[in-house]
Formats: sequence, C-alpha cells, structure tokens
Amino acid sequence: MSTQPDQTDDETESTPEPDAEPEPESPGERRRAEKAARAEAAEEEAADAEPDLGDDAITLKVFRYDPEVEGKTEPRFDTFRIPFTKGMTVLDALIEARDTYDSSLTFRHSCRQAVCGSDALFINGRQRLGCQTQIADLDGDVVRVEPLPHQDVVKDLVVDMEHFYDQMEAVEPYFQTDETPDGELEEQFQTPENREEIKMSTRCIWCGACMSSCNIAADENEYLGPAAINKAYRFAMDEREGENMKEHRMELIEQENGVWRCQTQFSCTNVCPKDIPLTEHIQELKREAVKSNLKFW
Amino acid sequence: MREYDVIVVGAGGAGLRAAIAAQEAGADVAMVTKLHPVRSHTGAAEGGINAALREGDDWHDHAYDTMKGSDYLGDAPAVEALTRESPKETIQLENWGMAFSRDEDGQVSQRPFGGLSFPRTTYAGAETGHHMLHTMYEQVVKRGIEVYDEWYVTRLAVSDEDEPEERDCHGVVAYDIKRGEIEGFRARDGVILATGGLGQVYDHTTNAIANTGDGVAMAYRAGVPIEDMEMIQFHPTTLPSTGVLISEGVRGEGGILYNSEGERFMFEHGYANNDGELASRDVVSRAELNEVNNGRGIEDEYVHLDMRHLGEDRILDRLENILHLAEDFEGVDGLEEPMPVKPGQHYAMGGIETDEWGATCVGGLYAVGECACASVHGANRLGGNALPELAVFGARAGRHAAGDVDEEAKITTGWDEDSEEGENVSPVALGEAGLPSAEKGALADGGATAESAGDAGVVEEAVQAERTRVHYLLEKEEGVNHAEVREDVQRTMTENVNVFREESALKDALGDIREARKEYQHVTVEDPSRTYNTDLIHTIETRNLLDVAEAITVGALARDEFRGAHWRKEHQERKDDEWLKHTMLSWNDGSPGLWYKPAVLEGEDKTYEPKERSY
Repeated sequence: MSTQPDQTDDETESTPEPDAEPEPESPGERRRAEKAARAEAAEEEAADAEPDLGDDAITLKVFRYDPEVEGKTEPRFDTFRIPFTKGMTVLDALIEARDTYDSSLTFRHSCRQAVCGSDALFINGRQRLGCQTQIADLDGDVVRVEPLPHQDVVKDLVVDMEHFYDQMEAVEPYFQTDETPDGELEEQFQTPENREEIKMSTRCIWCGACMSSCNIAADENEYLGPAAINKAYRFAMDEREGENMKEHRMELIEQENGVWRCQTQFSCTNVCPKDIPLTEHIQELKREAVKSNLKFW
Repeated sequence: MREYDVIVVGAGGAGLRAAIAAQEAGADVAMVTKLHPVRSHTGAAEGGINAALREGDDWHDHAYDTMKGSDYLGDAPAVEALTRESPKETIQLENWGMAFSRDEDGQVSQRPFGGLSFPRTTYAGAETGHHMLHTMYEQVVKRGIEVYDEWYVTRLAVSDEDEPEERDCHGVVAYDIKRGEIEGFRARDGVILATGGLGQVYDHTTNAIANTGDGVAMAYRAGVPIEDMEMIQFHPTTLPSTGVLISEGVRGEGGILYNSEGERFMFEHGYANNDGELASRDVVSRAELNEVNNGRGIEDEYVHLDMRHLGEDRILDRLENILHLAEDFEGVDGLEEPMPVKPGQHYAMGGIETDEWGATCVGGLYAVGECACASVHGANRLGGNALPELAVFGARAGRHAAGDVDEEAKITTGWDEDSEEGENVSPVALGEAGLPSAEKGALADGGATAESAGDAGVVEEAVQAERTRVHYLLEKEEGVNHAEVREDVQRTMTENVNVFREESALKDALGDIREARKEYQHVTVEDPSRTYNTDLIHTIETRNLLDVAEAITVGALARDEFRGAHWRKEHQERKDDEWLKHTMLSWNDGSPGLWYKPAVLEGEDKTYEPKERSY
C-alpha cells in the first residue's frame, strides 16, 4: 500500500477528504478506508468534546496502519491532544503522544537535530523533518502527520526506504579518482572555491523528502530522483576526481532515467530541509552534459 | 543462522572503519545496525579531527596534550596509537573524498581547539562528523560490504566458562526490526562492538535517542569488565531547551562566553587565566555552572556564547551549521545576538575495557569508539579526539579481528597481577533484581549462558534465550511502560550524577536506580505487532540504560577524588597516590563487583608524569 500526495493544505480535522487518505489497493479497501475515515472524524469530534488540557493544547492527527494488527490493517487517523510547550517540535509532540497515550505509535527518529534524516514526514501536507518543524510555525489548530507520500508504508509513519537507497547507490555514490596520491600522508589539493561549489550538495542527509515530493519520481519508478542526482553532482563537480571520471559520471546521469527526466518543478528544492538547491544542481548537470556531448561533434 | 568471518555491531564511524579494514584484510564482513548507517550519531559531530599533520606539529605533542587532558587516567599505549596514527587516517579520509574545509593553498584546514598546544583540529565546516560518516559509508557501498540495517543486536553469544578471560564470543543475536524475526549471526573470527554512546541515561544530552549504551550493557552482562564508567563529559555549550550541541569550534574561532553581568568570566573570575574559553571542557562546564549557582546566570539557567564579532563572512565560511542549529532549535540568530548555552551530557570516556587493538578479555570480542575504553580519554576527552578515535581504533580492531596483526598489546585486559579488589560502596544491592524463578530466565539476560555444544551451539542457545525473552515481553498482559522507567532513570541521573557530585546524592541515585530496576521487572510491551515494533526495541534498550546508569553511579561513588570530569564535593583534590587507577566493574553473573587496575603512564619512550593541570 502507498500514500498519495495531498493536494489540500488547508483541510480541517473534522472534514477529512477521501483523496487525502492513503490510496488503498482495491475498491473494497477504498470503501473500508473511507468508512474508517468517517469513523475517525466522528471520533475526533468526540475527542474535541473532552476536557481541555489547558489553553495551549494542540490536536495531533496521526496516520495509523499496521499490516498485521487487528483494527489497524485498514489505514486510519488517530487524534491526540497534547499540551503545548514553548519550542515544541512535531517530533516532540509525537514522542509525547507515544510515551503518554499509545506506545505502539511508530515512527523513526534519532538525533533530534536535523542531521540523521530519520524523521522526514508529511506534515500538514508538506514534506518536513519532524524534529526541525516548530509547531508554533504551522498554520491552523491541527497538526496532521502522515508518512512520506509515494513510498510504501511499513507501519504508521514508517515507510520503506529501500527504493530510495537503491537509487542513491545506482549513481556510484563514492569518490573515484583518475589518480590516487602515492604516499600514505599525501593529501589531494582542492581549491576553496571548488569546495564551495560542492558544499551544498554534500549536506544531503538521505531523508527522502525530495524524492517524495517529486511527481516524476512518483510516476516513473526508475527515475533516479533529486537526491541521487545531487549525489552524482557532488562527485562530478569535485575537481579531485579528474576529467576521465567526470565523463564517466556524466554517462551515468545522462542515462534514460537520469537528469533529462527532471521537469524543473522545484518541488524537491522547496522541501529540502538542508536547503540544497537540488533543481539547480540537476540543471547544471544538464548543461554539463550538453557541453560534454558537443565535444564529440 | 548466518555466518561471517567478522561481524561489526553498529555502523557509525568506528563500525564503518572497522568493517572496511577487516574486509581489506581479507575477511568476509557483515555490519549489523539498529539504524541505517547514515543515521548514526557520528553524523552529529561538529568540531573536527585532531591530527598532527603540519610542520611545527608533532604527534608526540598531541599525545602530551591528550594525557594532560585525560588528567593522567589515559593509558599511554592507546593514546600514542591514537596520536601517531591519526594523521594517516585523516589523510585516508581526504583520499576517500571527504569534503574538508580548505585553506587558500588547497590544503585541508585546521583550527585551534580546547586543550591543544597546536591548531590541529582538521574540520569540514561545523559538520565534520556528517562528512566523515557519509564518506566512510560511501566506501562501504563501494566495497559491497553487507549491511543489515534496522537489525537490533540484543545479545552476544559468549561461552560459559567461569572466568571471563577464558570465554569466547562466537557471534550475536539480532532482531530484524522490520520483520520481527530473531536470528543468529555466527562470527568465525570476531565480533566488533561499535554501538556508540549512552547519553540517554540523562535527560539533557547532545546524544541521539538511539544512544542507549547497548554495547556496553551487553558486553558487561557477558562478563567483560567495564572501565571508568563514572567519567562522563558534560559539554559546556549545548542549547538549553533541547541539548543540541553548539560546537567547540565556535570558541576555537574566537567565540566568547559571558555571564549575566556581561563579564567574560573565564578570565574575569579566574577559571582559566591562560586559555579562557579554550580551557578543557570539564573546566569550562564547571565554570558556567558555578556562575549560574552564584547568581550570575541568565534566567538562572545558562550563560551566553557570543560569536557576532567574528563577522558574517567568517561565520558563514566556518560555522554556518551553528547558525542553523541556533535558529531551528533555540530560535536565536547567532549573527544578531549571543546564543544561550549550558552544559549537557555529551560523551562517555569510560566503557568496555579493551587493549590498544580494541580487543577485550573475551576471545574474539572487540569494542571500538565511544562504547570502548582503551583508554584514550581517561578522565576527560579533548574536543576533536573522538573522531580520530573512531578511525584509528576502528581500523586497528578491524585488522586485528581479521587476523592481520600479530603484535602483542601493551595494555592488558581482564584481571591480572596488578589488579586489586575493591570494596562494595553501594548502600543498596546492585545488579539483577530479585525475581520469581520462572521469570528469571526470561529477563536475566546474562551473556554467558551457553553450554558447550560447539561454536554454533553457543549462538543457537543465545538465539533461544533471546526468543524466550522477546516472547515473554510481548505476551505479558499488564505492567508498566518502559517510558516510565526510562524517565525515572534520567531524572535521578540528571539530578544526582551530574557535573557536581556529592556522596549523599550519589547514594540516592543508587536507591532510585534500584527502584527503577524493580519497576522494570513489571515492564510490558503493549504493541503486539511483529512489524517494526519500537515499543519492544525501547523496552530492551531501557534494560541497558539501567545497567549503564548503575555502573556510572557506582564508579562515581567509589572514586573519592576530583579528577578530570569527575568532581566530588567532599574530595576537592586529585589523589595521585591512591587513584592513578581505573575503576573496573564486573557483572559477575548478576552481582556486580568493583576492582581496580593501574593506569598505564609508560609510553613508547617516555613516562607521562602527572602534573598539575591548569589552562
């Protein structure tokens, strides 16, 4: 099963639209999912009627699914009321919900500081890192958290990352050079300018937000996607690799599922939590590809 | 059962480097990690890698700085291995393409760091660990080394001889988080633990939520002594609301600490008249808390770290990541205002006792990186010494496990003729909480339970024991949630076993930990699912936190002196006559016992004589 992107950012909690829910596999499942959504909406209203947890409580709506646990095999949303504290992030709220109300609530998280890339989520209709998203910065009273769209859901907010990892590995994501230094203590030189040129591309934390936001990657499963192409850019533009290796890299990213699939929609750039100019990097590789092709005319 | 020559547990910097080295030495290697490698907490390291690379610098000076920084509790053969081999490993990283910051002439850049006599901290912006982790993982991908990601190693398969020194490790038991299956991994030549930190025993820590001391706890219960556990580093500059780290690089580049009176207290109140903000971390952390305790803190909680005077260009060039962290996690613009900072748990100097090759006293079992204690850091780690430790000892252990080393270690492991028995200091019982016998087998979780049925038999028995435990945890109907137990441990450790330590508080902590252990006997996993059951994972981790928290506190109570990061209210001096020795704790099948071993101050061609440590 998979989720599809949500078109409506301003949806309120009491009226979940069917197309905001994960896409079920059959019409029967779709009906059941809709039913679950309706039941969920009713449950939320009931939850809203409960005594307040203070003026600052927030409502957290979380996608739930477990392939084997009764009552969770059909996707649904659960609602939690969480006391708001200053500086609270979406990840903090999820942890609070799990540790206080439901220890089976499942999501990946580790570093809490936007470097491990574990908690890319679909928050109020946009790919973001849970730990990097201040609740105070979100619009509306309800925080809705879903797994990353376009990826198979393993359970609750956990998606299967294997396809993402496969695409990353498809671009030979490791340094290769025409000439390795001879001595054990011999470093390769790199100008500060060249280091600056690749700097942003080296910031990628493999969170998968970009791939999830990309319509092309959603439709064409084999498209390398922005993260993998950015990884290729990181090496292709590194002057330490040398000209021969650069040609090899251009061949890799020029293949059928490479840079030319990109339609320059900038969705990846917009959601990247590390502000990597992904679309620009893809465009620059397209220009490099044209240049290197001209050489052989 | 799966079989490999070498199994590496954990895939942060130390694990990745170990796997690469073992494979280069011809071993068939697998890595087993509860995260995906790039999620490991090495990625959060900011400052840099100390390496004597440049003219005018010398690895002997680096060794001297490190011994002094350790307050003479480091073991010289390990310290010298670190400092001698760090340049080679650092350049190796550069040759693997790591994106180091560069000087105008194209060389890798270095900057000053606390406690160093030369600006030898090699860095990549303020995100050195991120670049190091990814560069190493790239090499693992390149080499096709098998990685079991999101497989949680929960038990070591160690044979059951009476003395730990006679035992052998034959593999590990791992739980496939995605599928909920338990499987045995047999290691023909060696198991290398590289499981990282244990910061989750505290509630204000720079460590990740996954840093639960798993390797330390597993090795400890399998009989391996754990060393100097009381030596916990509190980093002086963490953000007050989250514990997120603000790199020492800020002070290295010239950042200044101010109290609420606007005084540059490191100098004005005489904490470090020479080095000021760049004194060793333990010194700066105590100074900050002292300011707060004397009413000169801001909001009674923190001090200010100001870097505005460095100018936007320099900040963007060398510390850009710090701007993002301060903005995202504290709502402060470091270009416009000073950043609030306070000490937070950061690093465990102690850990699994190893020699300078990463080998423990149990045959075939190694430990490297933060979970290990060689000891490189002694009573206080210098900033910039953790990342080279990962590379140097990862590589050494990988080669050793693969059978590529026949040099004898100078540091001994396990009990030897220089060891001395310790007295019990705890007011309460330690170790395994009393249990009804039927449940004991399920929750006891000792390591050495196997009967001699051949190497594979040891692994098979460990698998069975683990299946019993997981089944028990999943089937138990009612009880307490692990989160409550974890919170109890974190609360008492933060309150009682922090920067400033006193006897009564340490004893209180041991009492609280005992209570938490009893609570844990009633722990239950509510989530019945076999699919990605994090409830179960966190429940198992919490058991590890209990063992580790207790060990830290016992060591802190036993060591009645002030050395490095370990400050004792009643004992305000370093006692070299009595305490130039490591605290050792052995599990003894559930009844922990303290003992001691002398620190090794004899280096290759000189002895590091303890001197007064001033900055």
